[in-house]
Amino acid sequence: MAKPAVLTHPESLKRPAGPSEYAKDPVNASMSKAEKIALYTKMARIRHFEQRCIRIYQQGKIGGFLHLYVGQEAVAAGTISLLGKNDHIITGYRDHGHGLMVGMGMNECMAELTGRVTGCSQGKGGSMHYFAPDKNYWGGHGIVGGQAPLGTGLAYAVKYLGLKGSCLAYMGDGAVNQGAVHEAYNLASLWDLPVIFVVENNGYSMGTSQERSTAHPGCLAKRAEGYNMAWDVINGHDVYEVRAKTAIALKRAHEESKPTVLEIFTYRYFGHSMADPDKTYRDKEEIKEYREKKDPVLAFEQELLSEKVLTPELSLKINEAAMAEADKAAIFADESPDPTVADITKHIYWEEDNRGPKTTSRGTIIFE
Amino acid sequence: MAVISYREALRAAMREELKRDDKVVIMGEEVAQFNGAYKVTEGLLKEFGPKRIVDTPISEAGFIGLGIGASMLGIRPVMELMFWSFSYVAFDQIVNNAGNIRYMSGGLINCPIVIRGPANGGTNVGATHSHTPEAILASHPGIKVVCPATPYDAKGLMKAAIRDNDPVYVMENTILYNDKGEVPDEDYIVPLGVADVKRLGTDLTIVAHGRAVITSLKAAEILEKEHGVSVEVVDLRSIRPLDEETILASVRKTHRALLVEENKPFCGVDAQVAYLIQSKAFDELDAPIHRVSSIDAPQIYCKRMEDLQMPNVERVVAEALKVLA
Ligand SMILES: Cc1ncc(C[n+]2csc(CCOP(=O)(O)OP(=O)(O)O)c2C)c(N)n1
Ligand SMILES: [Mg+2]
Repeated sequence: MAKPAVLTHPESLKRPAGPSEYAKDPVNASMSKAEKIALYTKMARIRHFEQRCIRIYQQGKIGGFLHLYVGQEAVAAGTISLLGKNDHIITGYRDHGHGLMVGMGMNECMAELTGRVTGCSQGKGGSMHYFAPDKNYWGGHGIVGGQAPLGTGLAYAVKYLGLKGSCLAYMGDGAVNQGAVHEAYNLASLWDLPVIFVVENNGYSMGTSQERSTAHPGCLAKRAEGYNMAWDVINGHDVYEVRAKTAIALKRAHEESKPTVLEIFTYRYFGHSMADPDKTYRDKEEIKEYREKKDPVLAFEQELLSEKVLTPELSLKINEAAMAEADKAAIFADESPDPTVADITKHIYWEEDNRGPKTTSRGTIIFE
Repeated sequence: MAVISYREALRAAMREELKRDDKVVIMGEEVAQFNGAYKVTEGLLKEFGPKRIVDTPISEAGFIGLGIGASMLGIRPVMELMFWSFSYVAFDQIVNNAGNIRYMSGGLINCPIVIRGPANGGTNVGATHSHTPEAILASHPGIKVVCPATPYDAKGLMKAAIRDNDPVYVMENTILYNDKGEVPDEDYIVPLGVADVKRLGTDLTIVAHGRAVITSLKAAEILEKEHGVSVEVVDLRSIRPLDEETILASVRKTHRALLVEENKPFCGVDAQVAYLIQSKAFDELDAPIHRVSSIDAPQIYCKRMEDLQMPNVERVVAEALKVLA
């Protein structure tokens, strides 16, 4: 049990957090000071939003499952910070970080968690089902691995429409054993689709460490070779490294319309969900070690302090603002109304919500 | 009016919609080069090319999921399942993803996908290839299911399905593929959720869908000729949405109902129809509602027995006489 599960890849062991060797990579070196600060701000906002969520959950206001992203922020932040107009994303149920990264507001995100009509999905999706298609964010999916074919389809559509774009389809390390993921890999490579499968390897699928779940040739990404696909591994605590290596995959998608599997080593600080007391499958020491050595938000803060992009004062301001924003979102969620009973039967069918002479449906479609 | 087969009607529907809307894509196993496992898509590759008519690997969860994802961005995929029986390996995509995404996104996303293919028994291929999942699928809000019985309906429903902005699952029937019927030359659709009275009568209403309609029409003829009974046959055409009014209007006229379907009896479509009639037309009934379904067992291979397992003319006639007794 003491085996450090995250550090499955030898590269990861060798490199504790420190100055990023990817700071000088063109995608990072070309960032303006303001862009760097904005990226740090987004990471801090994800962190504070979720830490606020814990309190609201403990107050009993968030039902069901709440899967926190704390510890994994640099993955969503690094990858999504590179995306343009025709780049899309889709992920599993650990989806808050991605939502905030694409520009969803804390209010709509928080209100969704508490099941309010002002939530991003009007209280119909919950924590696992965030959506913002206007920001190219296609969810938020609750079935492990089920989103991989959808992401492949989004990439197919981008290609069909003749656009230079991509889809980043995120999943956990446990998802790689789902048949749907393998089927998606095959189709993506067979049809040269601009999809990037991002495996967020946080070492565990629920209480099952990666060693106990997955047979692999040294790392999970290498399975791509079986499908004649490019792959890479990334240290996920280092947002610069995430950006540098994702940029290569993105270029491959944009220029050659080819897929990639990226495995990003990362770690979650809390239980699988809030329902997981986190006592049976890993040591507290292991969490502590990662937090101390590789916290992605602190690592980037250090990086920017040493670059003199950030000052301690500015960092404090950014973090305080993020906390205040999360507090306000909590109040917004509290004060928002629930959906109504009549709302239960809305948004099931487009044709039903838009019935008119031109719609193709008649008859009874919602039954008593 | 041209007389064409059910298969040709489906193909014509797809061809016309491919021409009308360049977002329509046909996808499935053997649909392109092989011309379709049942030749429904024959000639389409030649006419529309490989961008529009796409062969997939045997990977139902993968390619159906891909179609669903593409539909979210505005592509209108028409996915062929070689048999609806094979949908079970893609159940998560078909139900959880296509059926729920509009709801879970609070109406932000819709999924205009068509999944089509044969869903029938009676072909002597055993239990794994003989499923009729219309009731299973129609029990999920978010999903639409239609079961055409004639070439006219096959074409009209297929075109409506392709233009529909929700997931529509079209259940065809290999035994009907060669059936011929009149189909208009001009553009038309059969709206989803509109039943069709395929035969007028006064003494008994038979409600059926899919090939059971054809069986019921034959039985109605015998009942008329040999027993002097006037039978009305209501073809549901669409399972969800369901045309409750046409069913109820017929029952109000005949006061007796026999429900015929190829499903197994437990939780079949007709369980819902029977509930509907008793809840909204109870006082109109002069006799209990009866059902003819497939005998409740996995589909038997032996052809002679399979013909008896499924609703056939003799069983429908016998059960009709019980309702009329
Ligand atoms: C098909 C399916 N099986 C099981 C579950 C229950 N479940 C939800 S998340 C999870 C663990 C997945 O772990 P991983 O893919 O590593 O992602 P992580 O939670 O670490 O982000 C399990 C077993 C599910 N949601 N879907
Ligand atoms: Mg994991």
